[in-house]
Amino acid sequence: MNITLEIWRQKDAKSKGKFVIYKLNDVSEEMSFLEMLDFLNNTLISKGESPVAFDHDCREGICGSCGLYINGWAHGPAHLTTTCELRMTKFKDGDKITIEPWRSKAFPVIKDLIVDRSVFDKIMQAGGFISANSGAAPEANSIPIPKDNADAAFDAAVCIGCGACVAACKNSSAMLFVSAKISQFALLPQGKTEAKERARKMVAKMDEVGFGNCTNTGSCETRCPKGLKLTHIAKMNREFITAKIVAEKST
Amino acid sequence: MIKFDAKIPEGPLTEKWSIHKRSVKLVNPANKTKLDIILVGTGLAGAAAASSLGELGYNVKAFCFQDTPRRAHSVAAQGGINAAKNYRNDGDSVYRLFYDVIKGGDFRAREANVYRAAEVSNQTIDQLVAAGVPFAREYSGYLDNRSFGGVQVSRTFYAKGQTGQQCLLGAYSGMMRQVAKGKVTMYSRRDMLDLVVIDGKARGIITRNLVTGEIERHAGHCVVLATGGYGTIYYLSTLAVGSNVSAAWAAHKKGALFANPSFIQIHPTSIPQLNDYQAKLTLMSESLRNDGRIWVPKKKGDARAANDIPEDERDYYLERRYPAFGNLVPRDVASRAAKERCDAGYGVGKTGLSVYLDFKDAIKKQGKKAIENKYGNLFELYYKITGDNPYEVPMRIYPAGHYTMGGLWVDYNLMTTIEGLYAIGEANFSDHGANRLGAGSLMQCSGEGYFILPVTIGDYLADEIKTPRISTDHPEFEKAEKEVKEKIDKLMAINGKQTPTTFHKRLGKIMWDYCGMARNEKGLQKAMIMVQELEEEFWKDLKVSDSAKELNQELEKAGHVVDFFGIAKLMIQDALNRKESCGAHFREESQTPDGEAKRIHSEYSYVAIWEYLGEDKPHTLHKEPLVFENVELKERSYK
Repeated sequence: MNITLEIWRQKDAKSKGKFVIYKLNDVSEEMSFLEMLDFLNNTLISKGESPVAFDHDCREGICGSCGLYINGWAHGPAHLTTTCELRMTKFKDGDKITIEPWRSKAFPVIKDLIVDRSVFDKIMQAGGFISANSGAAPEANSIPIPKDNADAAFDAAVCIGCGACVAACKNSSAMLFVSAKISQFALLPQGKTEAKERARKMVAKMDEVGFGNCTNTGSCETRCPKGLKLTHIAKMNREFITAKIVAEKST
Repeated sequence: MIKFDAKIPEGPLTEKWSIHKRSVKLVNPANKTKLDIILVGTGLAGAAAASSLGELGYNVKAFCFQDTPRRAHSVAAQGGINAAKNYRNDGDSVYRLFYDVIKGGDFRAREANVYRAAEVSNQTIDQLVAAGVPFAREYSGYLDNRSFGGVQVSRTFYAKGQTGQQCLLGAYSGMMRQVAKGKVTMYSRRDMLDLVVIDGKARGIITRNLVTGEIERHAGHCVVLATGGYGTIYYLSTLAVGSNVSAAWAAHKKGALFANPSFIQIHPTSIPQLNDYQAKLTLMSESLRNDGRIWVPKKKGDARAANDIPEDERDYYLERRYPAFGNLVPRDVASRAAKERCDAGYGVGKTGLSVYLDFKDAIKKQGKKAIENKYGNLFELYYKITGDNPYEVPMRIYPAGHYTMGGLWVDYNLMTTIEGLYAIGEANFSDHGANRLGAGSLMQCSGEGYFILPVTIGDYLADEIKTPRISTDHPEFEKAEKEVKEKIDKLMAINGKQTPTTFHKRLGKIMWDYCGMARNEKGLQKAMIMVQELEEEFWKDLKVSDSAKELNQELEKAGHVVDFFGIAKLMIQDALNRKESCGAHFREESQTPDGEAKRIHSEYSYVAIWEYLGEDKPHTLHKEPLVFENVELKERSYK
């Protein structure tokens, strides 16, 4: 198939970017979306032009590196799919495809389609862990965990940290990302002790680094490639509010 | 000549690690804060080490090429992590786990290292559970186990098909906690380009900042490499496309010996190659073989759709050849059997290079729901990529390059032949011999990172407490930086026509064809010439776009391909030297009359350790004899 691509090009963080149009012929239906971009880059290089920079690594939907805004959709038009899992069968001859980087103040563009998501690490550093030093752990089966809780914790833990939730949100809110981690740990007895403090610290850091607030539009949930649910945000709010009440009582 | 000593502690096998732990030197807490550790690679081994070393009080500087440690390719391990808990009361023990790993590795690994890996496996599970890893549980609330990859006990802990992701995120969380405490400093989007050795000791690294293109110097009292494997040598593999050998190869060129480079595992169940544009192959967990049955048509070149081929015209060749283990034979055996059928003309699909993995019987017996519970996410992944629904038609699978058992040679302390340079996880060679068993990789990575390295590194650093902070102004840093810059300039200046990827693809094809699942003398010799010719062409016709002073993914790839040429030649030399078949290394000249691998224990019971003597010179071979005092050497039969 022959397609037209409209791609955001930006030399570096300081330069001003712009859309550039590329016509790409002989695209195979069998290509993945990123293989189509590899193919484009090959043609650009052979013409002496600069290839389009984009993040990617595992190319099987688990590392969270890739993330493109395709025709107005975070990760493109397919449901529960990362950009690297998206196939060209979703497109047809003559299509025009617009490709942008994640757009959020907290995720500045580094080059072309690559953004800096290091603020996610900063939020994790604020409290996204259980303080269990190596060697101090009790025997693994000494604390049984009801299967429903373990399964629910797993469902929250599948987040790949790609940032699609932020990109899809009109407020650039990171609540789905943050709440998934808070939920996972709050559901496990190992993580309960620090649950309230964790919620307080992670939320504070999230606000500090420039993410917006949640207004319950649910776009994050619809674009999350791993199917994380809005209910995590409710769980986070519960932990956060009780943390506040406890803090107020003790002062 | 570089000297090496495995430093295996005295005493009986079961006591060695305890004896060692009580005899290694310790560093007191106040002194730990004066010591800097450079750690490259932040997958499961690296992240577990970073958090543990930070907790101990050392200053850790951690490096990765991704934008965050959570993306390292440990994230993609699917099936599980082994431990000798014996929760199933099925006769498992530390000894049995040790024995299975030694036997699975075809008796080409060190007894003492493997026993220790089995020994710390239980503590590792405790640690990961404490860190919040949501392993699968039974309704009782206790941890669930499954049987996995060529063993007869159920000792594998798992988190659906995402065990690696969950283990890595657990270790990453712990590491982030140490970053917050200021004990770990994270340098992401950095490529390690060289190792700096001062007076025989590893003292730092040269990195390229992948965002700015800046060449940087980083110093420490010691250096740890946790940089993973080089399965991407085949271009198409199950690895992340960014995985590479460059950090390990830089260390090798500076004096770290390389062990068993040709021992590389070909995973039997990957989605086959679909087209020429393809950038990687996707793994389907081998847990699928617990319920799926592998077959090809009995008739050569049978073009009928899978479901139209009646039962009695199907050849369930694994069940036929290996009645005791059937579809659960180890990876190397399953891979070769698939290749054998396809080479003989029985393969299916457009290319004839795939076999069926069929769930029809399992669905009939257990119901669709049960199969969905076990493999739902894998079936979905398969459907997304191929457009075929495995609930209705059999999957098509083919072997793919996967895991490198070979790696930097290390002693019992996980130290390489360069003093103060350690290698952990897949980057070293130590535990899996000639073939790795399923769910053994996560076990090794986390065990070494959490519990082994933090002990053994102290033994070295105890003698470094009087060494002041290493300065990056030392002439050795100067020299290494200059060499790195010259190499980059040289790559940029070629200005030819072909991209790094073009060369990588061509190199991968040579290695897959001649140094892949089956090798022979003639083919290997031919491959050596082909690789050398391709390398010459590379230095004449490479094209790297843009400049070195900015984010430049083409330059990153070019640098990696240079080192792939190095390891490719060494793999071929190693495969030529080892005239026996063992584990993943199948020499066609060494097989039994019925086509099984034939080990030649009397001649090849050693670790092949290679010394770098300079560009364009063949490596020199050293041998570490493998002594088996605790296991009886057996033919590895799965019949």
